[in-house]
Amino acid sequence: MLAYIPALPFLGFLVLSLAGKYLSKNSIAWIGAGTVSTAAIMVILSGIQFLQNPPVDGVYKQLLWQWFAAGNLSVAISLRVDALSLVFVFIITFVGALIHIYSTAFMRRDHDYARFFACMNLFVCAMLLLVMADNLVLLYLGWEGVGLCSYLLIGFWYETPANCNAANKAFLVTRMGDTAMLIGLFLLFRELGTLDIPVILEQSPRHFTQGASNITLIALLLLAGGMGKSAQLPLQTWLPDAMAGPSPVSALIHAATMVTAGVYLIARMHGLFQLSPIAMSVTAAIGALTLFVAGCSAMVQTDIKRILAYSTISQLGYMFLALGVGAWSAAIFHFFTHAFFKALLFLAAGAVIEALHHEHNIFVMGGLKNKMPVVFYTFLAGAAALSALPFISAGFYSKDQVLWYAWSAGNGNALLWTLALAGAFITALYSTRLMLVVFWGEMKTPIKDYPAKSMTIPLIVLAVLSVGAGFIEWPHNLVHLSLFSDFVEKVLPATVLKENLPPEAIFQLMAVLATGLGIYIGYVLYYRNKAIIAQWKRSAGMMATRNFLFRGWGFDQLYDTVLVKPFMFITRINKSDVFDQLYNGIAQASLRFNRLLSVSQNGSLRWYIVGVLIGILFIITLQLFL
Amino acid sequence: MSSFNANTVLIVAAVLFVLGLVGVLTRKNVVFMLISVEVMLNAAGLAFVAAGSKWQQPDGQVMFLFILAMAAAEVSVGLALVLQIHHQHKTMDVEDLKELKD
Amino acid sequence: MVITRYRPIHALLYLVVSFLAVAMIFLSLGAPFVAVLEIIIYAGAIIVLFIFVVMMLNLGKDTALQEKEWLQPKVWLVPSLLSLVLLVEMVVLLLKGSEFSMQVPVVDPRKVSLSLYGQYIIAVELAGFLLMAGIVGAAHIGKHTKRNLHRFLQEGEPEK
Repeated sequence: MLAYIPALPFLGFLVLSLAGKYLSKNSIAWIGAGTVSTAAIMVILSGIQFLQNPPVDGVYKQLLWQWFAAGNLSVAISLRVDALSLVFVFIITFVGALIHIYSTAFMRRDHDYARFFACMNLFVCAMLLLVMADNLVLLYLGWEGVGLCSYLLIGFWYETPANCNAANKAFLVTRMGDTAMLIGLFLLFRELGTLDIPVILEQSPRHFTQGASNITLIALLLLAGGMGKSAQLPLQTWLPDAMAGPSPVSALIHAATMVTAGVYLIARMHGLFQLSPIAMSVTAAIGALTLFVAGCSAMVQTDIKRILAYSTISQLGYMFLALGVGAWSAAIFHFFTHAFFKALLFLAAGAVIEALHHEHNIFVMGGLKNKMPVVFYTFLAGAAALSALPFISAGFYSKDQVLWYAWSAGNGNALLWTLALAGAFITALYSTRLMLVVFWGEMKTPIKDYPAKSMTIPLIVLAVLSVGAGFIEWPHNLVHLSLFSDFVEKVLPATVLKENLPPEAIFQLMAVLATGLGIYIGYVLYYRNKAIIAQWKRSAGMMATRNFLFRGWGFDQLYDTVLVKPFMFITRINKSDVFDQLYNGIAQASLRFNRLLSVSQNGSLRWYIVGVLIGILFIITLQLFL
Repeated sequence: MSSFNANTVLIVAAVLFVLGLVGVLTRKNVVFMLISVEVMLNAAGLAFVAAGSKWQQPDGQVMFLFILAMAAAEVSVGLALVLQIHHQHKTMDVEDLKELKD
Repeated sequence: MVITRYRPIHALLYLVVSFLAVAMIFLSLGAPFVAVLEIIIYAGAIIVLFIFVVMMLNLGKDTALQEKEWLQPKVWLVPSLLSLVLLVEMVVLLLKGSEFSMQVPVVDPRKVSLSLYGQYIIAVELAGFLLMAGIVGAAHIGKHTKRNLHRFLQEGEPEK
């Protein structure tokens, strides 16, 4: 029964890719969105069943077939759904279904309609395989599959070279992470002799000693894989450029699901990470740094999707931070809420872009508040969740948890918490900026088309969830309702807190203050007193800072200088391939030798006789001396 | 005739042979080359007969007979070829007959 | 001497002398049959053939002049060197063999003929083949084909 969940989108992919040319747009829309929606319904039904009568040891398992067996390694296509996977599967199918429905209207005018849905369906299938995999090889298959689909979908409008470059960049950067992860898998296999996830988690405490170098190496390599896919420092450069793809793609892949594959991997392999405190600290540090760097960059971007991209990187940093300090369920909870509001924000941004006829620059937008009310209110809900507006947005509950654990959990410390708090302030600031500039003020670009019903209904659903999804998990000192963490902690370890902590209320208050301050300052800068910004524009120092942040802290330029330029240099001097020259050289040498010898074949009789004579001399000399 | 060394005769044969070889290498006229070849053949025959008489066998002389027959045939054919060469190419220079070159 | 003459006729005459000398050597080696054979066939028939051709091709004055041109001293250098090396090697090889003095026995012609038609009968037949092939080949190759061109189209020398 489990197998139908990824199989339906795969079937949709097959039908659309093979027969997509011959189908009408309506049938493509029904097939494309229908498969994922059916999968979502199946997931909801099985989820309800899971909650009501949980199966033995909390897992649904289904072994499909034996994939291959080589030496000691025997890999099967085997699916396994426990509480953690169920959360992910639910998000993937449900949010995915909403996005598919949205795209039926969004991509309607595109002539590559079938290809879009085929790739999207393949993506959903691969992502489902990733989270439902029972062994790491199948997980890696899904990992690669989502990488492939990300490439295909970023470069969906391939006629524009910039899109192809962005797709290549995404693929190459994540590839580096993938290779590290693969090496980690090799090492893991060498140590444990198996790649089955439950077996690994069970055996690793016995096999590895805490903090040993081999497990640290494995954990760090797996972390590197997660960093690539989830766009953490230093592999984050691909995500802003990946916004070249259509907005539903950005919503599904680069906000809600694929980029969370890293989070899933680390959460799933929590056993390995718990054995290596160094890896946990590295995870937390990377998460904290990423959220700060990306947040700063988001403050100065002008393209609406790039703001959201940097925001995604930043929120993923929160998830990694939570994982690193040992707050496993908090990280997953943040993923849960983030999927809703980030997908919402991307879809709403897509609606705005479409309505203003492909206008991406927020400073050319404005005054849409009254003209597009549905989009405005849903966008407001999403932005509120993003800034973690207290109590009324889902983002508040999850981010608040992350902030609390950044201080209090076993691996947390004050520096991490400070960075996270600064990140919350920055998040609120840029969300307010985004809202004010796009929706308030005077209208600089007129509206061309209004979004269709099938675009607005998913927005409304997601907005409701962005507000309401947080209510299942309240902070401990306020209300004792922790449905989510109870559910997930069947699989993940409970968060261990440090001793002698100050009361949680202080931290909550400071978080709320940070959010409020961010909103207020954003309001002042972008609404009340726009002269401040004009003044900053005249100051050279501020402009330099602004440009530095705009370019994403210069990572692209850094990689260009350090990696790309030497590589291009080498390829340039190797234009006539060195190894080819070797083979050419052999051919050349034999040709020259041939020409040399041909001189002796000149048809002159006396030369031949001399040759015979020399031969005789040679043989007789040999005879004499040997 | 007193007894003499068998090797001496062979040395004579060798000298004759080498002289013929020098003639072949040096001369450019085809007729002279053929003449030099005759000298070489003669030397070879001498060597055979000397060897035969050393062992008191008639085989050396028999060999010489065959060599003789072969030399005769070869000369006749060779001279016929020389005639043709002269007729067709109007030259007696062996260096001009290079059409078999690579 | 054979190899150094300019005129072909002179060279041939010296060749005859060489053959006679070798015949004498054969005689002293106790092979009278072969000696006589050499003189008859070699010096008799083959030299005559040569002389025929030389006469036919009229290799007289012009050839002598040509050979004078061609036979510069420097032409002799490399062949002599190589041949000298060969000679030295052959001599060394020969001298390595054991010293062997021998009496001069006379090998009867009778013995030769018996051997010839006894053991070597097949070789005799083959020699016959060879001579046959030689005759036919020489006859064919030496033939001039008559080319009948119209008077006005005749170029070069008329054929013989």
